[in-house]
Amino acid sequence: MQIPVEGFMYPNEVELQWSVLIVLYPFITGLVAGAFILASLERVFRVQAVKPTYRLALLTALSFLLVAPLPLQLHLGHPERSFEMYLTPHRSSAMAMFGFVYLWYLMAVLLMEIWLDYRRDIVLRSQSTKGVVRVFYRVMTLGSSNISERSLQIDEKLGYFVTLVGIPSAFLLHGYVGFIFGSVKANPWWSSPLMPIVFIFSAMVSGIAAVMLLYMLSTRLRGHEIDIRCLDKIAQYLLYTFVIDFSLEMLDLLQRIYEADESFRSLDFMVHTRLWKSQVIVQILLGTVTPIALLGLVQILRLTDKVRKRIYALAGSLTVIGIFAMRWNVVIGGQLFSKSFLGYTTYKMGFATREGLLTAIVLMILPFLILWVMVKLLPPWPDADSLSVSGAEPVHGTS
Amino acid sequence: MLKDIEHLIRLTLVMAIGLVLFVIVRAAVIPPSFGEYGHYRGDAIAEIAARPIAYAGHQVCESCHTEVVDQKRLGKHVVVACEACHGPLAKHAEDPASVTPPKLDTGVVCGRCHEANSAKPKTFPQVVTADHSGGVACDMCHQPHKPGIEASPPKLAEGKK
Amino acid sequence: MEITRRHLLVLLPAAAAAWKYVMAGTPESAPKYSLTEHWWGMLIDIPKCIGCGSCVRACAQENDVPDGYFRTWIERYHVADWKIEKPEVESPNGGKQGFPPNEESGGKNFFVPKLCNHCADSPCTQVCPVGATFVTPDGVVLVDKTYCLGCRYCVQACPYGCRFINPNSNTAEKCSLCYHRISKGLTTACCEVCPTGARQLADLKNPKDPIHEFLRTHTVQILKPHMATGSKVFYNGMDGSVR
Repeated sequence: MQIPVEGFMYPNEVELQWSVLIVLYPFITGLVAGAFILASLERVFRVQAVKPTYRLALLTALSFLLVAPLPLQLHLGHPERSFEMYLTPHRSSAMAMFGFVYLWYLMAVLLMEIWLDYRRDIVLRSQSTKGVVRVFYRVMTLGSSNISERSLQIDEKLGYFVTLVGIPSAFLLHGYVGFIFGSVKANPWWSSPLMPIVFIFSAMVSGIAAVMLLYMLSTRLRGHEIDIRCLDKIAQYLLYTFVIDFSLEMLDLLQRIYEADESFRSLDFMVHTRLWKSQVIVQILLGTVTPIALLGLVQILRLTDKVRKRIYALAGSLTVIGIFAMRWNVVIGGQLFSKSFLGYTTYKMGFATREGLLTAIVLMILPFLILWVMVKLLPPWPDADSLSVSGAEPVHGTS
Repeated sequence: MLKDIEHLIRLTLVMAIGLVLFVIVRAAVIPPSFGEYGHYRGDAIAEIAARPIAYAGHQVCESCHTEVVDQKRLGKHVVVACEACHGPLAKHAEDPASVTPPKLDTGVVCGRCHEANSAKPKTFPQVVTADHSGGVACDMCHQPHKPGIEASPPKLAEGKK
Repeated sequence: MEITRRHLLVLLPAAAAAWKYVMAGTPESAPKYSLTEHWWGMLIDIPKCIGCGSCVRACAQENDVPDGYFRTWIERYHVADWKIEKPEVESPNGGKQGFPPNEESGGKNFFVPKLCNHCADSPCTQVCPVGATFVTPDGVVLVDKTYCLGCRYCVQACPYGCRFINPNSNTAEKCSLCYHRISKGLTTACCEVCPTGARQLADLKNPKDPIHEFLRTHTVQILKPHMATGSKVFYNGMDGSVR
């Protein structure tokens, strides 16, 4: 497999080290962090309008978080040794420490919050269902069937606290991924203190857009009415976050162009040639400027509900594609140029190989399958048949 | 009151058990020499140091092939290690009878160093072999262990092909 | 040449002693190698390199390096006039079969051998998540093949491009400074076969090692000093255009 090289590359640099799976990984964890932030908007910041998406956002975050380690495992030369990261983590390695950040976020934040919010429904279903599903619910109750008023109040308070801790945890989760790249001094495309911050904000953008699209899609599929007020609010937050994200990325770009250091000429050439389509066309024009313009228009003009929904769907889709392109440009782009600044290589993506396109597609579909199973087991819909026992107050998240 | 946080107590218990299990597994599975010199498996150093050798090193060759040592001593190739041309011969050094080093093709071996190239130091002896010898094997005129041209070049004097 | 001879005097007694035991079939009885008595590095003398590729071939044979991957390699530079920031560089198959003759006569032309710099503050060691790559007490950066996950973070972190993933073991690999040789009193395979003495192993902790005198009396550089890696491979006579 001859890889076309332009100019000079150190002989060991010609073959790319990190494939499309490593592009997928920050994309997926970004969706997790973003979805969680959207959920926390309601819980902590009391933004009532987005309430209908609260539980859906949490389940979305969990589905994606469960899939997140898979691209990493498939990429490793020895996945059977990956547990070593928990046995002998090298404290100076961002990658090792991330294993614990992931674990913390999964166990102490996401699973905790979902469990606390759903506990009443879990207990009720553990009593009313039959068969295998019943076993699942019973295990989830941890053997306790207490859903008294007081216990639910305690859950509510604790859940609030968990979300509060969860917000910086979500920032840590994805900021860390940014740091994994940003701390590599050998690579000038990655090495930047802005990296964690850019990653966080682009994660929020992608997560919010993803939940918005999922909400629209799932409501449609269920034949219900979309809460337009909720959508308007989400779109607003998407716009604000996007503006910050775009400003940060442009700041990085402008600084690079102005300072024009040793690496600049090489990087500039790379963007104008190998990354032109994915960076300038897809990420910037289609994936950032267009959605921002569309969402901005909605704020300025008076448009009908129908038109707004269409615009949101379009803007949301473009956003998600654009953020994927951003991950691609960072990960793949960072490996296309030589560290000698004298040459460029090409990324040869396989199709049905362990790290190929087909694998990436399957991994992207998987979270939706998991989500589908989860919404069956733990329905997040605001108008779901909430099994109310003895007229007890419906819990938070299911108004 | 306690009844109302029963589920949280159970949760804490589950987490505690998980933590204890992790600590036990960790103690059992971590390689014993890990951390001996630093954050790595100490045994790795000895394992890497125990790899088999392919090149014997010229001191070893010279301990047997003294006649070549005498020959080389007076020529420019005195500083060139035996295995630079003859390849890795630790196996031959270990058991000379069982492993016979292959005869070298001077047409290939000599050119690697001495074929003219603008990036080679100007003071280094280099030729364009096509002009220099017209395709004739180098050892027709040059004795590789003592490459300087003398009054009567060895191979021509022996009348070989 | 003088250095090569003096260097021999330093290594010969230790080598002979160790080899005696190896030949006798009792390597474990050899005088024990002390980790704290050495601090390994290398000296590369650029004006002496003739780009023959012997080092690349010897390394590949000594260390079973797979085709297409390089623990060491040679680059050929062509610098036109004063264009120090835009050299033309090539490394056909890492210089393994030497270099084809070229017509360039103008400007500067020279060879630069490259290898792992065995950094004292190694960035690859810093990023390894599990401790599979490490700096030994005697200053050699090694990879523990049985512990490496193959995550490739170290390959990304190396500023010099000297690491790769061995397709046979799916683990990270790079120049080990022939640790299995130098710990027995031998020199590295590349230094052994270098015909001009352009590559020389250096023990920075050994007061008798001629490298100390050499570093005092010559203009030497390390690659990418701004990366502050603590590189221990010193280049004599290195042009400013070298990347």
